[in-house]
Amino acid sequence: MFIIGELINGMYIKIAAAIKERNQEVIQSCAKSQIACGADALDISCGTASKDPLKDMPWLVETVQAITNKPLCLDSSKPKVIAEGLKVSRNPTIINSTTADAEKLDLLLPLAKQYKSKLIGITIDAKGIPQNKDQRLELAAFILAQAQAHDFPLENLYLDPIVMPVNVAQNQIPDILETIAELRMLSAPRVHTLIGLSNVSQGAKHRSLLNRTFLTMAVASGLDSAILDPEDKELLDALITAELLLGKNIYCDSFLEAYRKK
Amino acid sequence: METQLILDKWPGAISVVTIGACAANGGSRSQSVAVGGQTAMPLLFKEGGIPNPPRIAFEVWDVPAIDFNPELISAYGQALKDPLAWAKICAEEFKADLLCLKLQGTHPDFGDRSPAQAAKFVFAVLEAVKIPLIIIGSGDDAKDNLVLPVCSEAARGQRCLIGSAVQENYKTLTASVLADGHSIIAESPIDINIAKQLNILISDMGLSLERILIDPTIGALGYGLEYAYSIMERARLAALAGDKTLACPFICFVGQESWRTKEAQAAPRQGIIWETLTATSLIQAGADILVMRHPQAAKNVSRHIADLFKR
Repeated sequence: MFIIGELINGMYIKIAAAIKERNQEVIQSCAKSQIACGADALDISCGTASKDPLKDMPWLVETVQAITNKPLCLDSSKPKVIAEGLKVSRNPTIINSTTADAEKLDLLLPLAKQYKSKLIGITIDAKGIPQNKDQRLELAAFILAQAQAHDFPLENLYLDPIVMPVNVAQNQIPDILETIAELRMLSAPRVHTLIGLSNVSQGAKHRSLLNRTFLTMAVASGLDSAILDPEDKELLDALITAELLLGKNIYCDSFLEAYRKK
Repeated sequence: METQLILDKWPGAISVVTIGACAANGGSRSQSVAVGGQTAMPLLFKEGGIPNPPRIAFEVWDVPAIDFNPELISAYGQALKDPLAWAKICAEEFKADLLCLKLQGTHPDFGDRSPAQAAKFVFAVLEAVKIPLIIIGSGDDAKDNLVLPVCSEAARGQRCLIGSAVQENYKTLTASVLADGHSIIAESPIDINIAKQLNILISDMGLSLERILIDPTIGALGYGLEYAYSIMERARLAALAGDKTLACPFICFVGQESWRTKEAQAAPRQGIIWETLTATSLIQAGADILVMRHPQAAKNVSRHIADLFKR
């Protein structure tokens, strides 16, 4: 599982304040701690509170890449903000994200190619969030077709079936799991699948339990990457155990420790 | 149409373990032997790096050989009755890369020699021959815990390979190996889960995974060779995919297993064939060190390795 740590995000009060005050230490310690917990990459988002994301994004990128060479996942709905982040990135990058809208794909696919960046495509478009599996797959197929038209390497594409909160759209959860399984069959080479895990428990109680239960189900459906809170130890334990039970790692009595030694 | 070979690329690598310290590294060995370092499955040269060919270690005991096949006796002659002469003939006449000293005489049922006697023997071998050493206990856990620490200390700084740690008995040996600058053999009973667990237990004591060789426990041809083969293959696949806890070179005790088969006893030269075939099969599975007995079998295998690595 490719784990993208979600905690450097301006929607958290501490991070928002650190961005505002240009406090590198807070950001860097958040980065280090996520990596220590098992993050393979770090999501970087200025959050909606940012007054000047065009400046905040490159500052965040510089701040984080000063202490790690892990991939950075530049998270913004505004292509211009992402472009500012890409300009200063020395680390590998992942663009988070494009929707299935042609105008956005036409902007972001060339940008991703130019910077040899990976790209997350989420299955929504201007019409809104899909209501069922077929709509999700249709949007995924559109993203794929556009990527192929732009000659974008499919191994660098991550499709996100857009996870909905269980207390908002409970009936869509099984559909999302089925979508994950079917996304893998859309292309050869197989396209990566990704979810923003914490969405599933947005506004709900028992968030950690919901997150880890859904993650194990998604992993069993074939999910290979997720944006999540790597500091949630029980979540990581559940993930490691799920992958073990799926035969992705060789069992030993200390399998949790063994995974973390990797 | 020309057939296109599909080549796998692996993210992981087997660790390199160096046995034997020369003067530059504080030891007195004439050479050191590096094993491991592969970034591809065995002999798939096009898929990655295979920097170190498999190496053969000659088995030598600390007491005159007991119950050895006449074919072995005739190959070594009187030397089998004198451990130091036995060690020398392997190093000088048979040009061994490595010696594997088996402290069989310390076993309570085979002479019960004292730790001090064993250490004295190790020391004498270090004086008499200059190739790197592997030191193996008698397999009696309680006695090994008395004998091996003293031998480890006698060979301090010589970067030996010492064994064997097992899941129920690894702490004493690990502590000695750590203190005296050696590497360790981790033995598991044809069980990949235990092999992995034991490596974790050993590394938790502070001995790095880069100083462990896995003894997967092998059977000779016709005696479970294929079980060992598949365990080794699975471990190697996992290691190359990135599992560091299994990314250790393998040591295989080919001689002792081959010469106890009934086929080895049945007809002249059959033991040599059995030992040769067991060793060459295990090379295909990824064996890095082959501990062997008959010099002719060792010669056959050594020639085979040279052919495989002629590129």
